[in-house]
Amino acid sequence: MLGRTASSIYWMSRYMERAENMARLLEVGHRISLMPGAIEGHRDEWRSTLLSAACEVSYDEKHKDIVAAKVIDFLIFDETNPSSIKSVIRTARNNGRAVRTALTRDVWESMNATWNELVAVKSSDLTADRLPVFLEWVKQRSMSFRGAVLGTMLRNENYYFSQLGNFVERADNTARILDVKYFILLPKPSDVGSEVDMQQWAQILRSVSAHRAYRWFYRDSHYRPWLVAEFLMLREEMPRSLVFSYQWINTALEGLAQIHGKRYDCHDLAAQTLAKLRAAKMENIFQSGLHEYIRDFVIANTNVSAAIAQTYNFP
Amino acid sequence: MSELFNEMGGGKGQTRPPYVDIEAWLKTISSTDVERAKREAENRFRRQGITFAVYGDDAATERLIPFDIIPRVFSALEWRRLSAGIEQRVRALNAFLHDIYHRQEIIRAGRIPHHIITQNAAFVPEMVGVNPARGIYAHIVGVDIVRVAENEFYVLEDNCRTPSGVSYMLEGREAMMHLFPDLFVQQRVAPVDNYPALLRKTLESVAPAGCMGEPTIVVLTPGIHNSAFFEHAFLADEMGVELCEGGDLFVSDGALYMRTTQAPQRVDVIYRRIDDAYLDPLSFKPDSAIGIPGLVDLYRAGRVTIVNAPGTGIADDKSIYTYIPDVIEFYTGEKPLLKNVPTWRCSEADSLSYVLDNLAELVVKEVHGSGGYGMLVGPTSSKQEIENFRAILKTNPSNYIAQPTLALSTVPTYTASGVAPRHVDLRPFVLSGDQVRITPGGLTRVALKEGSLVVNSSQGGGTKDTWVLED
Amino acid sequence: MRIRIHHQTHYRYAERPSYLVQRLHLTPTNFDGQKTIDWKISTAGIENALSYVDGFGNLIHLVTAHNLPLENIVLAEGEVETKDTAGLVTGLISNVPDTVFLRQTLLTMPDASISAELMQWGDKASALATAHSLMGHLHETVAYEVGTTQTNSTAAEAFARRSGVCQDHSHLMVGMARSLGIPSRYVTGYLVTGAGASSVAAHAWAELLIPDLGWVGFDATNCQSPTEQYVRVAAGLDAMAVAPVKGSRRGGTEAEQMTVEVRVEIAQQ
Repeated sequence: MLGRTASSIYWMSRYMERAENMARLLEVGHRISLMPGAIEGHRDEWRSTLLSAACEVSYDEKHKDIVAAKVIDFLIFDETNPSSIKSVIRTARNNGRAVRTALTRDVWESMNATWNELVAVKSSDLTADRLPVFLEWVKQRSMSFRGAVLGTMLRNENYYFSQLGNFVERADNTARILDVKYFILLPKPSDVGSEVDMQQWAQILRSVSAHRAYRWFYRDSHYRPWLVAEFLMLREEMPRSLVFSYQWINTALEGLAQIHGKRYDCHDLAAQTLAKLRAAKMENIFQSGLHEYIRDFVIANTNVSAAIAQTYNFP
Repeated sequence: MSELFNEMGGGKGQTRPPYVDIEAWLKTISSTDVERAKREAENRFRRQGITFAVYGDDAATERLIPFDIIPRVFSALEWRRLSAGIEQRVRALNAFLHDIYHRQEIIRAGRIPHHIITQNAAFVPEMVGVNPARGIYAHIVGVDIVRVAENEFYVLEDNCRTPSGVSYMLEGREAMMHLFPDLFVQQRVAPVDNYPALLRKTLESVAPAGCMGEPTIVVLTPGIHNSAFFEHAFLADEMGVELCEGGDLFVSDGALYMRTTQAPQRVDVIYRRIDDAYLDPLSFKPDSAIGIPGLVDLYRAGRVTIVNAPGTGIADDKSIYTYIPDVIEFYTGEKPLLKNVPTWRCSEADSLSYVLDNLAELVVKEVHGSGGYGMLVGPTSSKQEIENFRAILKTNPSNYIAQPTLALSTVPTYTASGVAPRHVDLRPFVLSGDQVRITPGGLTRVALKEGSLVVNSSQGGGTKDTWVLED
Repeated sequence: MRIRIHHQTHYRYAERPSYLVQRLHLTPTNFDGQKTIDWKISTAGIENALSYVDGFGNLIHLVTAHNLPLENIVLAEGEVETKDTAGLVTGLISNVPDTVFLRQTLLTMPDASISAELMQWGDKASALATAHSLMGHLHETVAYEVGTTQTNSTAAEAFARRSGVCQDHSHLMVGMARSLGIPSRYVTGYLVTGAGASSVAAHAWAELLIPDLGWVGFDATNCQSPTEQYVRVAAGLDAMAVAPVKGSRRGGTEAEQMTVEVRVEIAQQ
């Protein structure tokens, strides 16, 4: 298999995952923006969305003020913004197009149909009532893509590189949300959060589609910050948690090692990262610094990605 | 213009035998059936990404080539005659290429003036003295043929560089078999779907002499922004070989390798779909970022086979075209079975004055142009257009050739106002390796605008499935 | 005459190249006037180089190497035995049809002002007389001056300046001869000046096909046909086609620095 093919499949999957994550961030932003502006801290919600999407700097370069319509356009349609949903899906599809011989027809057609439908949507179409429907559609297209991958691709190198891209991106996304919002989750004198706190915690969970799952899992209708953090970082049951992502990354790397008969640095790095997550306890993390822990994780994740690229001769 | 030849016949005259079933079928289907079929076919193409980019448009624009559902049909006998002429022509072209890059006997014999070869931009001096496997240069040729009467065919041009369109031929047939399976039950249509297998066989047969075991073949593409990228990916997939970009390949210790996720893998045969000029920055355009430095050295030393060979453009250059009948006679000792279109070389004073006097009746083309751009179709042009072109022609006559406007045959085609005759051409695909293989049929291109003679997809042309009936 | 040659090209890179490919035209050709006694090329990767003789009769090395240091040296050295043939080049293995050497390239193509001179310089009774006339006129008109032209300068540019180096003289000579219908080729090699002396002497000249004689060398820079002091290396359509070292690398975007050192001397017998 060509190194470039592996790279394109990896990035195709990363970008499809990224589109879904961006849609979730926008959902949260939109939801909060509908709440009464009187609640303290919510006026900055769109800035917070830009921050979580790592688009704050590029947005400020282009726009003077933060207005919902502009933010939405910037994060969905603006093709000068490489992280907009349109740019991200275009990049995913271009990567897929370059290696379409390595994809099943279902995988390719799912992504191609997404693109063809997306180019037909205009910014002006997305009035407030239609935005949620559109974002739901983006998530569904990403899920259709993942379903096609899981359901039709041979468990060969192509598949494993796709999984690597998917879960390196997911881990990065969850970690970034935590990184931006960590201060909300820091322990407070009182265990019981205010109305505002509850909203903020809910919003973190929503940005990874986990607010309902949380309640089921902890059998608790109150959000508690250290449990929210634990849920997103250390719970193997939670499919967008850091530890869950790293299990998949390790499984995929193991699959490659079996095919190639060889293990490399990237295998060791990924195994270490997973072991560290599994051994971690929330109280220790809070003691030694939540922020530092997440920063270290983001760096480790980036290093794993770079090691994969180098090991498998990505161009 | 003489009377138009309608390949189906019918109307007041007799329906020509190959089209009897088609005519009957057309009576049974309604326009809603047709609309639905067309939509289905186009959806199918769009879903699979069978699109082409139009140069000059936004890179995002990917268009479908319109597909017409009424097939174009040849009888077995018609096809036998045609393919004999095509094979003769392609064999002669390969013999010509070998000679031009070796002893140049045809020049010594005075059949072609030397400057037309050696001063030609399409002549590649690096190819002099190179001995490609089996002496084949143009392994894949797309011969553009038009018909004007029952037994009158003309070759418009020989595409010897990187002819494209074969994927439309294959996918068009797939779509037809899917949409109208009954048609294929009624008649025996020669299959085309083995083209990728035959292409692979051809490529394997021209592996370098030193290649042990099964040769490794790759398709080399300029990348996803090339207008024919879909076809590159399609052929690689159908042949089961890697689709490479220049950056995937590199030369090491006298051999060609591809970068894989594991150890580099040796490559023996490159089916390249990039132009000569971009193949190797050490030999040609030094700023080519899509080529492979040192590739031409490997090729000259016989370590790798490049398909088609560099320098084959000299055989399909429009300034050489007029000599092709001589070329065929010179190398085969036979009279050409397929005719050339009579052509005036505007570089010659007598011809130029004739052309200038008769612009309204002629088609004038650039010697080095392609894609239907930069040409004048006299009979369909306005007075002003003709006068504008006259001025251009006068400033650089040797850049042009002129041909009579051929009354291209028509085939029934679905249009907005029902079934109507539209002009067509034909591009059969010819493979040369251990033997010459011609896929029955080829790509029929159809000018969808009423009266138009320009079939190029970039100029509003479409395609049709092409049938060769079996005896 | 026995001539000893030492031709070194030294590259310095800003970053270590991860990959390097080089095409070398660095081996003298044998013909009736010249025989190689010993010759050796050394550079990274030379042990596995691809070597082949091209259609023009040149011996080419294609060298590849991975993960190089910050410097790379290409060294060609050895001894060649020459004899005076009055400029005649016979006994060379070349399969190129003569007419190919009528082809102009971007570097040799005469412009209007060269063509104007050609009317006068080229109007001679025989090809031989024309060749001598071209050589003489070029020698007089285009001054030998280092630094006025670059390696990618065209014949027309050098002629407009009326100055250049041996490469420009040779491009002018072959370009003019070709437009007069005389097949001609661009030749690279070495020149030893003066008995016992050593010199900086990578050189270039032209060879023209003269009816009844065959290929004859003409050196417009020195206004003479090659003698036993000349060592012939490669021939082609222009300087670009037979550049001694042509390469491409991965790793680092900055241009490399290159220094060339050529020593040519008469060997002790």
